[in-house]
Amino acid sequence: MQTKFNVNGKTHAVDVEPRLTLVDCLRYTLGLTGTHVGCEHGVCGACTVIIDGKPARACLMLAVQADGANIETVESLADGDTLAPLQASFRRHHALQCGFCTPGMLMTAHALLSTEPDCDENRIREALSGNLCRCTGYIGIVEAVLEARAAYKAPKRGGTP
Amino acid sequence: MTRRDSYIGTPVERIEDLRFLRGRGQYIDDLNRNGLLHAAVVRSAVAHGRIRSLDTAAALALPGVRAVITAVDLGDNMPTIAVRSESQPSLDRVVQPVMARDKVRYVGEPVALIVAVSAAIAEDAANLVTVEIDALPAVTDRRGLDADAVLLFEECGSNQAATLSAVRGDIERAFKEAEYTRRETFQVHRHAAVPMETRGLIAEWDAARGRMTLTGAAKVPFFVRTALAKMLGLPEHAVDAVETDIGGGFGARGEFFPEDFLIPFAARRLNSPVKWIEDRREHLMATTHAREVECELEIACRRDGSILGLRGRAWTNLGAYARPNAVTPSRNLAQLLPGPYRVPHVHIDVALYVSNKTPVGTYRAPGRFETDFCRERMIDLAAADLGIDRVDMRRKNLLTSAEIPYALPTVLPYGGSGEFDSGEYVVTLERCLGEFDWKTKVALEGRLIDGRYHGLGLGCYVEGGSAGPRENARMALDAQGMVTVTVGASAVGQGLETVFAQIAADALEIPIDHIAAVHHGSTTGIHEGFGSFGSRASVMGGSAILVAAENLKTTIRAAAARRFNCTADEVEVVDGLRAVIAGQQRMTLAALSADGFDAAGTFSNSKRTYSYGAHAAHITVDAQTGQIDILEYVAVEDVGRILNPNTLHGQTVGAIVQGLGGTLLEGMVYDDEGQLQTGSLAAYLIPCAVDFPRIRSIALEQYPSPLNPLGVKGAGEGGIIPVGGVIANAVASALVSFGVQPNALPLSPARVWQMIQNARSPGVA
Amino acid sequence: MKLPAFDYAAPQTLAEAIELLVANEDALPLSGGQSLIPILAFRLAAPSLLVDLRRIPGLDTITLSERGIGLGARVRWCDIEADQRLATAHPLLADAVTYIAHYPIRSRGTVGGSIAHADTAAELPGIAVTCDAEITAVGRNGARTIAAKDFFTGPMMTSLAHDELVTELRLPPWPAARCWAFEEFARQHGAFALAGIALYYDVRDGVAANVHIGVIGASAQLQRIAEAEAVLNGRAVDDAAILQTAQAAAAAIDPADDIDAPAAYRRALVETLTARALKRAASRPR
Repeated sequence: MQTKFNVNGKTHAVDVEPRLTLVDCLRYTLGLTGTHVGCEHGVCGACTVIIDGKPARACLMLAVQADGANIETVESLADGDTLAPLQASFRRHHALQCGFCTPGMLMTAHALLSTEPDCDENRIREALSGNLCRCTGYIGIVEAVLEARAAYKAPKRGGTP
Repeated sequence: MTRRDSYIGTPVERIEDLRFLRGRGQYIDDLNRNGLLHAAVVRSAVAHGRIRSLDTAAALALPGVRAVITAVDLGDNMPTIAVRSESQPSLDRVVQPVMARDKVRYVGEPVALIVAVSAAIAEDAANLVTVEIDALPAVTDRRGLDADAVLLFEECGSNQAATLSAVRGDIERAFKEAEYTRRETFQVHRHAAVPMETRGLIAEWDAARGRMTLTGAAKVPFFVRTALAKMLGLPEHAVDAVETDIGGGFGARGEFFPEDFLIPFAARRLNSPVKWIEDRREHLMATTHAREVECELEIACRRDGSILGLRGRAWTNLGAYARPNAVTPSRNLAQLLPGPYRVPHVHIDVALYVSNKTPVGTYRAPGRFETDFCRERMIDLAAADLGIDRVDMRRKNLLTSAEIPYALPTVLPYGGSGEFDSGEYVVTLERCLGEFDWKTKVALEGRLIDGRYHGLGLGCYVEGGSAGPRENARMALDAQGMVTVTVGASAVGQGLETVFAQIAADALEIPIDHIAAVHHGSTTGIHEGFGSFGSRASVMGGSAILVAAENLKTTIRAAAARRFNCTADEVEVVDGLRAVIAGQQRMTLAALSADGFDAAGTFSNSKRTYSYGAHAAHITVDAQTGQIDILEYVAVEDVGRILNPNTLHGQTVGAIVQGLGGTLLEGMVYDDEGQLQTGSLAAYLIPCAVDFPRIRSIALEQYPSPLNPLGVKGAGEGGIIPVGGVIANAVASALVSFGVQPNALPLSPARVWQMIQNARSPGVA
Repeated sequence: MKLPAFDYAAPQTLAEAIELLVANEDALPLSGGQSLIPILAFRLAAPSLLVDLRRIPGLDTITLSERGIGLGARVRWCDIEADQRLATAHPLLADAVTYIAHYPIRSRGTVGGSIAHADTAAELPGIAVTCDAEITAVGRNGARTIAAKDFFTGPMMTSLAHDELVTELRLPPWPAARCWAFEEFARQHGAFALAGIALYYDVRDGVAANVHIGVIGASAQLQRIAEAEAVLNGRAVDDAAILQTAQAAAAAIDPADDIDAPAAYRRALVETLTARALKRAASRPR
């Protein structure tokens, strides 16, 4: 089935089976393996991407449902080798260990801070509660997101915060 | 230039993060191969039964299916998976065949393997395989040891698979002389590591060269290679086990599982690369479970609270087969029963029995989590009986530096005991109490404030680390002065590349960005390695790096001495490994050798390090819902020497939260027919970002280990060890007015509520 | 956990969607997919065709009028959260929605999907029943309006015919002075409710009137608890009335044992949550 959507600023036209999930399409059809698959039933959040400005589970969506959508994945955040402030904050606060949940965690946090740069710790924890991490105990992650808020409050100078 | 030890001990930002944060990690499912086929495992839906028939015709007929492999294809000598450590002859009779042939023994046991052109088609085909099984009654718990129980292995005559004991002193005398004794039964429930990445493999057969490469190995790739070579009938050098980025291990991932044979077998048979990615549903039923144990424990004390002896019996549920790590949890449970305390007389017998559940293995602090729960609960109970403050009871019995080294109980039938290496155990307790402000908070104990009962809990522990026997490292210095480090230890997401780079940079006195790469684990990089388990990787791998660094400098000095026509002792390596001088002579390394230099190092040590610590928690209990909230949790551990405070605290906090998950949320639940009831992450709850926000971790380095040149001790597991006991003690403290004594985990809301109901109406079950 | 094979269509009109359902007896409608896709991942359903409702116009609006609040079937949880009017127009709804799943789920899950899925532990079906909502469904024979109490017939069961699609949920008007509360207890934030209570009443002459108490998660049937409502109607909401109402609620429901909780625990939970909800409703400044 033909479907067309935009991923990280680039339009992709693909021919896929209707049953192919968006995450499998991103990973196997487009080769964007930064988005991970942890449960395939919508609980762990490793596959979280941003669709038309809102965070969504890429495992709970068919690729054909994304027809016409604007999709952002973890690959969109950094500017080449330069980490975005959110990523740099994750590194500084040791907000990852094995790194498997990290892409989903980053995209949920990026969606949140892009719309609510003034959110408090409780809101951050609530928003991240659908992204499971087995390594960190979340403390570093929450600290990293708290610190990254500043970058989203600054006036936009182009590029991804 | 850097001074000595300028990286060790500092919060160096992780090297790994640069790829992980940009979505550039290379986990197993991120890899592709030309002509790649995909496998799906057909698993038993019945816990116990005899296979009557297996119909694969419909699956084979599905377009895109390349093969359906069943036990028939595996021949008469069905390979079995050996116990990796501390086996016993009786356990060899209950090891797992790589595929069920006549009998299935747990839900999830492989009965066939599908290989197809896509994972979806393989799964479609798996659903078309019809397996007829004559069901037998399922053994799910200790009743399986009854004389009339159905047997998993008829030829064994019993579901008891093995026994072991830990002994020290004269336990009979201790109980005869004791002024106080108490007996209690404790239970820890079945739960599991559940890393965020499931297992996965790519097997590639090079028919021309007769070589097998298994990518996706983890934790113990060298052991996987040895086992796989034997099972495939190949020489060891014809098999490689290659590590990728690993999405968490926690002791479960990387041991030899049936798929570690089945996928290479399929690749060789089809002469095509085959990928298998475990899905989450099968992960929950196929990857090892852990922790399920019942323990009947007795304590003997003097009236002043001095512990004289601990005696008991324990029954550990192995699940259907003895997997590679079947023994380790039981062994640790027995040997670490006395923990950090002076317990002169110990005797505990452990029975390991098989049941129709998923086989068990190690999960972070195997056996130690369980044994700490039993012991720390028992100390609180005894202290209350004796009218002694529970803090004082611990102070009185903790080992002092004057008594250390202190021998651990001997584990039979294996023999050998080991000893604690260094420490003053009360120091971490006092620091923990101080940080926590125990003195002030203790006034809250048992009080009902705004509808919540407040409770405080405490627990102490030791954490064994640095499992031997040895580890190897190689260092290659190129003409540009860049160093590549290769270590036999494995990374499972703990940040090993960074820690190894820190150690290497300090040892060579070079800036850390002169470390070009750190390789680890794979059989392709080094001749021998021992992996990542038992909090060993940093200690053993790091020490091997120190040896290799010395050897590298020696090699360079020898080469320079030949060139300068002087003795090696006169040569100094300077400028961060970029030049050598001897007297007035000076030469760049590049001029000395255009090919660079390399050197290897091995560190051997059969003695274990023991970190130790104390945790304290302040909780509330909602008596009406049974809900437990953690208001504050403080952990203090002496780890000998801190390599990287970021990675250390990260692991400690992560381990504590895993422990809180196991104590409060998680559980592998089975019904009486042996059906797993928690086959999704909606049913098996692991902690999320709102659950446990208030945790503090403090690390000390007052007593370095004398056992390795770094002075470091294993520290990856300590955070989880005391959590069950600490929280259960806190619940008892909160509910002291009800007389509730939680001696079984998990402390789910329903169980806490039920305990309160039972306490309110004694005599009613 | 790859999905089983199916065909897919995203019709432009409601009529086309209904035609597709009529023509394919194994077809299933797809809205946000937050419950349906996991069902497919576990292969618990094998539809021949998924009829995606995303292109059908007019289903994504929230309307406020003297007839109450209309929630189009394609309204998402995040739309309800973002609609500032609902904090006063229907505070019970606005509060209950915050308990639904997690942030990334709330940006996809829809009103119509939740209503048609009819999970007895789900918040919106509970609010619909508690508030005597009406559900509009359109099928080959046209539109009909179904009272919530008649719509939900059991766990994951509704009175919808195969060819019918939910188009709107309509909640009756909400008086500003109404007393209300939503209380839910789950093992973990965002997890399925072990029990939840939605309730409201109006105060007339110092006593409670028009008492509505609904339960989720603790009963095989989404329902109002008439026995408990009867205890409170006509009484001042004091400690004694709260206790008796809560006890009546607990006595009236019929929970089952499962792996999370024995029936007795859920019954106790209903009593506790009812009492807490009533206390909160009574103490909230109006």
